[in-house]
Amino acid sequence: MHVVVFTRSTPDTAAKVEVDGSGKVTWGDAALVVNPWDEYALEEGIVQSKASGGKATVIAIGGELHNEALKHSLAMGLDEAARVWDAALEGADSLAYATAAAAAVKKVGAVDLVIFGRESIDVGTDQHAYQTARKLGYTLLSYVSKIISIDPSAQTIKVERALEEGKQVVTAKLPAVITVLKDINEPRYPSFIGIRKASKAVIPEWSLADLGVTLPTVNAKVTKFKNLPPRDTRFELIDGTPEEQAKKLVDRLLEEKVL
Amino acid sequence: MSAVYVWIETFQGKAIPAAWEALSAGKQVADQFGVPLTALVFGANAAAVAAEAATYGASQALVSDDATLKDFRVEAYAALLTKLVKDNAPKAVLAVASSRGRELLAASAADTDSPLLGDILSLSAEGGSVTAERAVYAGKVLSENAITGGATMFITVRSRTFKAATPNAAASAEVTTVAPALSEDQLTTKVESFEAEVGTVNLSDAAIIVSGGRGMANNPKDAPAGVSGDAAAVWKAKDGFDNVIKPLADVLGGAVGASRAAVDAGYISYAHQVGQTGKVVAPDVYIAAGISGAIQHQAGMRSSKIIVAINKDAESPIFKMARYGLVGDLYAILPAITAEAKKRLDK
Repeated sequence: MHVVVFTRSTPDTAAKVEVDGSGKVTWGDAALVVNPWDEYALEEGIVQSKASGGKATVIAIGGELHNEALKHSLAMGLDEAARVWDAALEGADSLAYATAAAAAVKKVGAVDLVIFGRESIDVGTDQHAYQTARKLGYTLLSYVSKIISIDPSAQTIKVERALEEGKQVVTAKLPAVITVLKDINEPRYPSFIGIRKASKAVIPEWSLADLGVTLPTVNAKVTKFKNLPPRDTRFELIDGTPEEQAKKLVDRLLEEKVL
Repeated sequence: MSAVYVWIETFQGKAIPAAWEALSAGKQVADQFGVPLTALVFGANAAAVAAEAATYGASQALVSDDATLKDFRVEAYAALLTKLVKDNAPKAVLAVASSRGRELLAASAADTDSPLLGDILSLSAEGGSVTAERAVYAGKVLSENAITGGATMFITVRSRTFKAATPNAAASAEVTTVAPALSEDQLTTKVESFEAEVGTVNLSDAAIIVSGGRGMANNPKDAPAGVSGDAAAVWKAKDGFDNVIKPLADVLGGAVGASRAAVDAGYISYAHQVGQTGKVVAPDVYIAAGISGAIQHQAGMRSSKIIVAINKDAESPIFKMARYGLVGDLYAILPAITAEAKKRLDK
């Protein structure tokens, strides 16, 4: 079974991210990490491809900073990596991303399963994953918390999905695009040998022409980044015995009309 | 005639409360374009939900109540939405940015090569164009976004950011029945089972959230005989979630949340995790008990209106975010708050 996992680099969780004087988003010298949700997607890619004696390919769409996430993926144990980049993808919205991503999957060949992490925290969206499924014409299964079974020969998959209201078990046809949650697995750390191998890897860069695709002309684009409005820094320490603390707190919350 | 469509999300035949917030956002766009506001209701009980949508401001409704649409399946729903969009070219399609709303609108926007603004926090419709604000970089930065081109724009709105209209019981809508776009044998997914998670108030819709963290393990109750070490800590924390956190959440009509540390330690299920690899919430009141306030956690709750921090360590970072800070033992303070709230709210 051939599995494709999509990933990207994001600033480290602890990074102070802000908009500088020129309107650009900066995170100082904070490190880049694999998008936190993608670690689960990458682990699942390794597990599922190995279980069927197949192959796992990792793809990022974006500039050179995403090589960081690709190298981490190779170090974890994914078999191959590629990065899609083209000047036309600068500031791409989810529709442009999905158009390129679907074309990249087609270039990879006969793919059975495509895995995304639940969300990309930098762009703050998950919609590119669903749109990639539609552009490919694959079955879409979101919020997967467990792969119960996969039968590559019958081309079927059975998963558990975590909905807002509870757990749903779904059977579906492959090929499929799935998005995965944190409780699907425990991502492994890259091994020393893996890191050494990944550091030497040359990651191919595919242009839109290489993929034989053009982007849609409509778009929903960022016109401006802004810092958050200043936080309300009012702070009141409520002290006393637990009963006094409780009474004062309930007083305050009733005054604020939020209870 | 063109329109603005709002998908009224239902679960087991009932509209979810946030659907009416999306309808309010849709009204803003419909008024700007001077077109009717149309509710889309798919699945069981669609006609009754459409009648309810009229009371919240929809002047028209398109309903499809078919066995293939009973459970939400994105392929069935998206095929129908895509067909309606292709046939009628509405100016806009809106929905709540819930798990279902996000994937349905994304799918249909992809099918029709239309622009999509997802999970917006505010909306401005002027001069025939729409701009919106979104949270990016784990909520640390905001972006302003604009749409270019396309006959139909797709928008999902974050729950609890738009206000539902006050229902007008006398209002009614012109209802049209539409046929599903796919039949059962054209669908590639089948729902085998569903198991509701007992007693959970939906975290994304909750006005009040009471969350517990690592400090839940400091339960003064003794674990049963023979349970020691890590297992005793897990027992104590679980007991605390059940008997201290949940009663307060219940009195306040709120939901139960947790930090990643509490989830990873096995104190409570992942469905309750608030934070970067959990749920992002924005309640009116967020009570953090025994939570230190790691960056990971902040990413999930920083837009809460009022944060109440309860922690025995006065140096915890959570106090830097809090409006009210209570230093002390959560196992003494939370039951006192529950008792006080019960008395004052007359419950």
